[in-house]
Amino acid sequence: MNQITNEGLILACSAIGAGIAMIAGVGPGIGQGIAAGHGASAVGRNPGAKGDIMSTMLLGQAVAETTGLYGLVIALLLLYANPLLSKFLKL
Amino acid sequence: MVNVAANALELQTGVGAMQAVLSSEKSVDFFIHELIPYNFFGQTVYITTTHVCELLIIIGIVIFALVARHKIMHAETVPRGFQNIVELLVETLEKYVHGAMSGHEKKSYVNYVGTIMLFILLCNISGLVGLRAPTADYGTTLCLALISVGMVQYNNIKHNKFRAVTNLFKPIPILFPINLIGEFANIISLSLRLFGNVMAGTVMISLYYTLMPVVATIGIPAALHAYLDVFSGAIQAYVFTMLTMVFITDKMEG
Repeated sequence: MNQITNEGLILACSAIGAGIAMIAGVGPGIGQGIAAGHGASAVGRNPGAKGDIMSTMLLGQAVAETTGLYGLVIALLLLYANPLLSKFLKL
Repeated sequence: MVNVAANALELQTGVGAMQAVLSSEKSVDFFIHELIPYNFFGQTVYITTTHVCELLIIIGIVIFALVARHKIMHAETVPRGFQNIVELLVETLEKYVHGAMSGHEKKSYVNYVGTIMLFILLCNISGLVGLRAPTADYGTTLCLALISVGMVQYNNIKHNKFRAVTNLFKPIPILFPINLIGEFANIISLSLRLFGNVMAGTVMISLYYTLMPVVATIGIPAALHAYLDVFSGAIQAYVFTMLTMVFITDKMEG
């Protein structure tokens, strides 16, 4: 345990944190799947309105995706622009 | 004293290790590069790759617009060639805006929405020609979102006058803080959505190019580019402009 430097500990914990942050991808996946399924059944019921259904579905999916992207941004921050590490090195 | 020296050594090895991690031989390169430093009110700021790519895209759009203007000045009754493309583009954008907005003022938003749409679309697919997509820089997307939300709030005040303030207290006054946060959250969500999507594409593509053997980087990445640059980029340009129009229409109707 003595060989672990402080920076090494911060980097390791940041990597674990980035992995945990990406669990946020589960929710948007489920949500987009539900939206796509309902879109498919709507096209089956009314094939004439395919254009409108497609645009509404894509818009809803993109909005549902946002929460997953928050997780992605946090993971990228932890991996490549780590605020914790730069704070420690400045002190 | 020994302790301090040991600590300093530890710190140095730590820094060395971090630099080794960050700049190893096959480092993944999707960062914004600082090209030309200059002095801005006593602070050193940089002309980055984002600025250069944006400038290239703007020059491209301006040249296209000038050529299109020249063509339209000498328009023919039966369009052919380049005039066809320009008319198709303008008509598509007009139909897109008129389909998404309501009210008699929708004609005046074709210019704004069309400009934002073309700029974001060209930014997103600029990865195809080897540029680093400017929308993968949070500075760009934050500014775009600020412009759009400024437009939304301008319409809110223009159409609702005093009700713009009282609407914040609906349906019950105790929800005022939440309504206020909701207005500002639009900036964050609009900008982070665009940034996150394009950044994810950039990271994926640079990871593939760096970590795969050279043989695998010929031909195969075309599929990745088609999905991550073209499809995802077009969807995000569509979503950004569509959400802007939805917000504006929402405020117009009170």
